Amino acid sequence: MKQKLVVIGAGMASGRVLEHLLDADPDAYEITLFNAEARGNYNRIMLSPVLSGEKTYADIVTHGDDWYAANGVTCRFGEHITAIDRAAKTVTGQNGTVAYDKLLVATGSAPFIIPVQGKDLPGVITYRDLDDTNAMIEAAAKGGKAVVIGGGLLGLEAAAGLAERGMDVTVLHLMGHLMERQLDESAGFLLRRDLQNKGVKVICRASTAAILGETRVEAVLLEDKTVLEADLVVMAVGIRPETRLANDAGLTVARGIEVNAQMQTSDPDIYAVGECVEFNKCLFGLVAPLYDQAKVVAHSLLGQEDAFVVKELATKLKVTGCDLFSAGDFAEGEGREDIVFRDPARGVYRRLVIEDGAVIGAVMYGDTTDSNWFFGLIKDKTEIAEMRDTLIFGPAYQGGTPLDPLAAVAALPRDAEICGCNGICKGQIVDAIAAGSTDLGAIRAVTKASASCGSCTGLVEQVLAVTMGDSFVLPTSQPMCKCTDMTHEDVRRMIKSQELKSMPAVWQACNWSTPDGCHSCRPALNFYLLADWPLDYADDPQSRFINERKHANIQKDGTFSVVPRMWGGITTPAELRAIADAAEKYMVPTVKVTGGQRSDLLGVKGEDLPAIWADLNAAGMVSGHAYSKGLRTVKTCVGTDHCRFGTQDSTGLGIKLEKTLWGSWTPHKLKLAVSGCPRNCAEATCKDIGVVCVDSGYQISIGGAAGMDVRETELLLQVATEEEAIAVIKAVTQLYRETAKYLDRIYKWMGKVGLDWITEQVSDLETRTALVDRFELSQSIYRTDPWAEHIAKKAESYQPLADLTLEAAE
Amino acid sequence: MTARMSNWIDIAALEDIAPRGARVVKTVLGCVAVFRTATDEVFAIDNTCPHKKGPLAEGIVHGNSVTCPLHNWVISLETGLVQGPDEGSVATFPTRVEGGRILLDATTLRARAAA
Repeated sequence: MKQKLVVIGAGMASGRVLEHLLDADPDAYEITLFNAEARGNYNRIMLSPVLSGEKTYADIVTHGDDWYAANGVTCRFGEHITAIDRAAKTVTGQNGTVAYDKLLVATGSAPFIIPVQGKDLPGVITYRDLDDTNAMIEAAAKGGKAVVIGGGLLGLEAAAGLAERGMDVTVLHLMGHLMERQLDESAGFLLRRDLQNKGVKVICRASTAAILGETRVEAVLLEDKTVLEADLVVMAVGIRPETRLANDAGLTVARGIEVNAQMQTSDPDIYAVGECVEFNKCLFGLVAPLYDQAKVVAHSLLGQEDAFVVKELATKLKVTGCDLFSAGDFAEGEGREDIVFRDPARGVYRRLVIEDGAVIGAVMYGDTTDSNWFFGLIKDKTEIAEMRDTLIFGPAYQGGTPLDPLAAVAALPRDAEICGCNGICKGQIVDAIAAGSTDLGAIRAVTKASASCGSCTGLVEQVLAVTMGDSFVLPTSQPMCKCTDMTHEDVRRMIKSQELKSMPAVWQACNWSTPDGCHSCRPALNFYLLADWPLDYADDPQSRFINERKHANIQKDGTFSVVPRMWGGITTPAELRAIADAAEKYMVPTVKVTGGQRSDLLGVKGEDLPAIWADLNAAGMVSGHAYSKGLRTVKTCVGTDHCRFGTQDSTGLGIKLEKTLWGSWTPHKLKLAVSGCPRNCAEATCKDIGVVCVDSGYQISIGGAAGMDVRETELLLQVATEEEAIAVIKAVTQLYRETAKYLDRIYKWMGKVGLDWITEQVSDLETRTALVDRFELSQSIYRTDPWAEHIAKKAESYQPLADLTLEAAE
Repeated sequence: MTARMSNWIDIAALEDIAPRGARVVKTVLGCVAVFRTATDEVFAIDNTCPHKKGPLAEGIVHGNSVTCPLHNWVISLETGLVQGPDEGSVATFPTRVEGGRILLDATTLRARAAA
């Protein structure tokens, strides 16, 4: 007869026990699993990406309902345990009692709540599980101010996630620097600086005196009487083993539930695993030792010999996008020496602590690529005297010529740990590859390497690369879409070098896996083809997103918006009258002034588009291309016409620029502005291309943005005359059209090719002229009003194909 | 309603829809989107995306699928089923192409209208 196993707590440690147990002998136990949370086992390490919105709960589930069902595990989720009766060998939950032969206590840990006044106010939460995460997401949706108490890993992840979601976040940390148990002061400083750059305020040596508020939290009061307003307080000062049940049951409990090396508690039929456990006076919070414990528990339950040993631990973490690593003992002390390396520009810091000719501790921040090698030195107590001079630079600088990263991975011994979370060594991955797992997904499935926190993914890929040689292709850059393996850059190179001038030619030459592409690649190909072969390739409306196909912006209810061009933001009473008449005639519900100095008619029915355009055309207005990956507007100030500060005719230049650039298609939208003086009223320095007029001429700068990213432009060139300014702007626009990836704004393109290269190209007069010529050639086709063309040639296509409403009503 | 007999009605010429394009047919209960693929197959489905009611006739047609213009849900023109990670479906209607003319089954359209 099957024995009965009852498990209290469905966290990552007990989940791993069940996996091992069911793998080894699925028939050994009849399993009942209790969990206070109303769900099963999920990857708690990944709560931070859930908080920041990169992942959803579904992405981080380890064991779903079907897994429990398939393995015959009886789940009692959302049920609290009220008592363990060791004499009767039963566990009683809120919904009834079950008997056990063996009991596994995996109650994990509870967040530590600092005992201050106001700790129970609504709006004060901890960060421990999915419910806490959801509570934070909900709170962040309302915006406002958040105070995170605790500058350890959890607190910083919470702070970064809340800041990501738009809250104004302050972190309070009791100690002198952040993450003092993992980092030394210098690394703590870099972390603090990186966080502050992300908009998170950090106050160290901050002791919380009270949490203030009437009906819910309103502020946090510090010992030094500082008051910080708060709509949300997250308490993340630490965790303690959750031992209340074990205590009540009379098990031996110190700080955690005491276990022997077989993970048995003081009652031989009761085991414990995970963060609730104390072994040899140690507590455990990282996932690697918990997984080791899980293996031991499974073996013990099956009567197999095994013993848990505490291993030397390294901490390799990614905190809010900052890489950090620490291992061993890095406190200062007598007889200890430091080797320190800093690269302030890259924000890199490395420190090695040496004692008796060996490395005993290491802290790394910003670049942790060599951390495995240093950890190896610490573990093996390697004699470092001979390589001391170059030690800090890492393994690539030992023994003469620098090695490439793959050679460094190739040089790792079989027992070098690759995946810290799951304790997977290089040898196990190599063996899995030999057994037929030849890609990352298969390695993850078979060995679990890189399946938990994922920070070793690159390393696992490198092991694949060195083991498999040429047959493994390191995934360098993303393919264009699922229709092809080629990147945007590859495809564009093919279009030019093979003179591919139609979409089917590209599909054929580049081995497309779909008959006619998809919504993602077709618009990109259409742009590349028309930009590279303006005379040979005819624009394909069916490969354009609806806005560019119908020359209007689709709205959420399926209606459209219509924006006529106002050159340089200048309009006339007659134009305004025509806009007003059109708005009334077509019953436009909303008329709005845009940020690009023109007006937007929102809520126009698709069928009415040709008619409203015709009315606007009749008043001399054309499409404003407010919908296009192309030239949008040239914003201007009034310049020398009216302004007492203006240095040049900024309005005139803006109009000239708009009249020469309009209708051109570009990789992404293109917004310009011209300011008449450095007071910059046209906000030219956050546009894709901005001109600031000065007494001596025109400063042309590029790469600004004021959307999801906010960026200031960088100076491209200063020129003396208006003609030169126009030529340089046409040239840089053409260079952008020819070399940027589709959907890269200028600043992204600039980040890839470099501002210096762009400046070099447009400064050289010959190159500039050639670029201008190619731009003008393309404009000979595209500098036209699409509205007029659609009215003339395809007005009918805007109407329904047939109207059966009358027929059906008969 | 009488027995379900096919009752094909002439809607428009095939040429009235661009290849990889679509137009709508108005019915009393909303629009039906009629698609023409690159290989001149014709499909008719409900014009309303099951996600946020996006007008499917305005989407990009690829293979025998259309991508909704609002949030890129991909819908099979043959089955009306939402593809990939998303779930849902839209109604499909029988179509025929004869002598360059597109025919729809008025019976099913009326059934829809009466439904």
